[in-house]
Amino acid sequence: MADTADMIEVDGVEKVFTVRRRAGLLRREKREVRAVDGISFRVARGEMVGYIGPNGAGKSTTIKMLTGILTPSGGRVRVAGIDPARERTRLARRIGVVFGQRTTLWWDLPLKDSYRLAHRMYRIPDRRFRENLDRCVELLDLAELLDVPVRQLSLGQRMRGDIAAALLHDPEVLYLDEPTIGLDVISKAKVRGFLRRLNEENGTTVLLTTHDLTDIEQLCGRVMVIDHGRLMYEGSLDGLHEAGGSERTLVVDLERELPPMVTELARTVRVEGPRQWLAFPAAQSAAPLVAALAERYPVADLSVREPEIETVIAKMYAERPAPAPDQESDPDPDPDPDPDPVPVSGG
Amino acid sequence: MAEPLSDQVEEGPGPARTDEGPESAVRALRNGLRVYGLIVAMWVRSTMTYRASFLMTTLAGFTVTALDFIAILLMFSHVDALGGYSLGEIAFLYGAVGTAFGLTDLTMGSVDRLGRRIRDGTLDALLVRPAPVLAQFAADRFALRRLGRITQGLLVLTYGLVTVDVDWTPLKALMVPMMVLSGSVIFAAVFVAGAAFQFWAQDAAEVQSSFTYGGSTLLQYPPTVFAEDLVRGVTFIVPLAFVNWLPALYVLGRPYPLDLPQQLAFAPPLVAAVCCWAAALAWRAGLRSYRSTGS
Repeated sequence: MADTADMIEVDGVEKVFTVRRRAGLLRREKREVRAVDGISFRVARGEMVGYIGPNGAGKSTTIKMLTGILTPSGGRVRVAGIDPARERTRLARRIGVVFGQRTTLWWDLPLKDSYRLAHRMYRIPDRRFRENLDRCVELLDLAELLDVPVRQLSLGQRMRGDIAAALLHDPEVLYLDEPTIGLDVISKAKVRGFLRRLNEENGTTVLLTTHDLTDIEQLCGRVMVIDHGRLMYEGSLDGLHEAGGSERTLVVDLERELPPMVTELARTVRVEGPRQWLAFPAAQSAAPLVAALAERYPVADLSVREPEIETVIAKMYAERPAPAPDQESDPDPDPDPDPDPVPVSGG
Repeated sequence: MAEPLSDQVEEGPGPARTDEGPESAVRALRNGLRVYGLIVAMWVRSTMTYRASFLMTTLAGFTVTALDFIAILLMFSHVDALGGYSLGEIAFLYGAVGTAFGLTDLTMGSVDRLGRRIRDGTLDALLVRPAPVLAQFAADRFALRRLGRITQGLLVLTYGLVTVDVDWTPLKALMVPMMVLSGSVIFAAVFVAGAAFQFWAQDAAEVQSSFTYGGSTLLQYPPTVFAEDLVRGVTFIVPLAFVNWLPALYVLGRPYPLDLPQQLAFAPPLVAAVCCWAAALAWRAGLRSYRSTGS
């Protein structure tokens, strides 16, 4: 079973939570929340796939079922040929997991203690451990952090530490749940660069959930969109932008207040003093638009905003019938990150 | 150190075998013990980098528990007997349960943190490692300073053994380590069962404390001090009485409360085994419920 082409197989998987809510003084109301509602997909060996969706869409629940933390209510899951819920500890040796929100490191101990423990716990051969650790320390810039207790690390440092910890035992699959959440631009770039290299050199299969479309753009050949527990889209990121008709926004700071700018490449959607917002199709390059504007207007500064996942998905809905509106609450609360303003040079 | 680990072998992380699949229970148990040892070693190493701090906290723990026994000594400065028991006999009861509880507190003291771990979601980190959850969990924050409590218990027990007026037979002598070890295992089972309960009621740490800490305080006094109904409840509902009273009363040659048969003095190892079995079932059920409902 080790040589199946598909590393992750998910067939009609469901996860139903029963939520008890107080209704009146003594009465409790039981309600079913279908966090994951019949999802099927495949991830090939060595593939890098993005798994996106708004808060509470069921992303983390899916990841938890793929690691064996949660047992599916229905359907079939296989990771590297193993049923995660039944053989959680056997699977654990073959996967790496990074939760953006929570660390898997030992909180009060120096970073290197977590690595030393992983060495023994996973029974990693000494040489392999040394090589892997050295490589992570170099590429993720951890040398100065090894003696620092984990609780004293900044979010970006901790995230890099967590990624290294998840990779010391050469996992075949790496799950990343919001790996860039809350990181600054430099840390994000470092993490993305590392993941790309890992995937190219080791052929590690990567499944990552994110709120940040830039992660997907730079890392993933394929993206899956989940909402209300259902798979809404599967394909390339460009295809997603086309399907959703999504738009990026160019924010232009002019040298003085002017009437809305006019160009055939974009439409001006908002004006506030000397600052103007222009919307243009997400699949189109910003360069010609910037050039056209700079030629005609006194531009002081520019930045491009990627569309937010929520907006892209909302647009997809506008073209499809919405699912039953009975699912509201959040069985899998993700935090709400800011969309990244991406600076454009030459403004 | 040798004793707590042998205690771990009897009870320890056995119940954490959650994979009912092909992985054999024996292998899971061995792996669990190994990982328990690794994590304990990590914490001990970390503690030993601050030797002075370790000595201070151990001494503090010793002093605090010592004050506890001093309160009993003060009581005896006013009365000659408490519920018909002499100071030596009380010291024997107190020391035996103190040592047993100390052993459990040292080896399994972290398990009541489960509720917090469930709430803040860090339990998931344990579930993605290739080791039984309970083994990782029991060893977390292993605190060598808890040796202070054991030391105090052993000292008081020794004092009691030296002072009490008993015709020692080999059987009675054997009874003492047996009751301490079985007691420790029973306490461990109650700890684990209490932790398992937190899978359902995550704020139940308080309830558990009333069974473990409350239970240990109760056992430091002879049964005649308490109302009969309470004693019956403790004997039959929570098998904590086996930790101390029944074997101790046998050693002391005292009559049993509620006219229980003498043979019960030999029951503790059996009771300990049953408790472990029950705790293992509770733990498994709890973990399964967590894995099917999420946090």
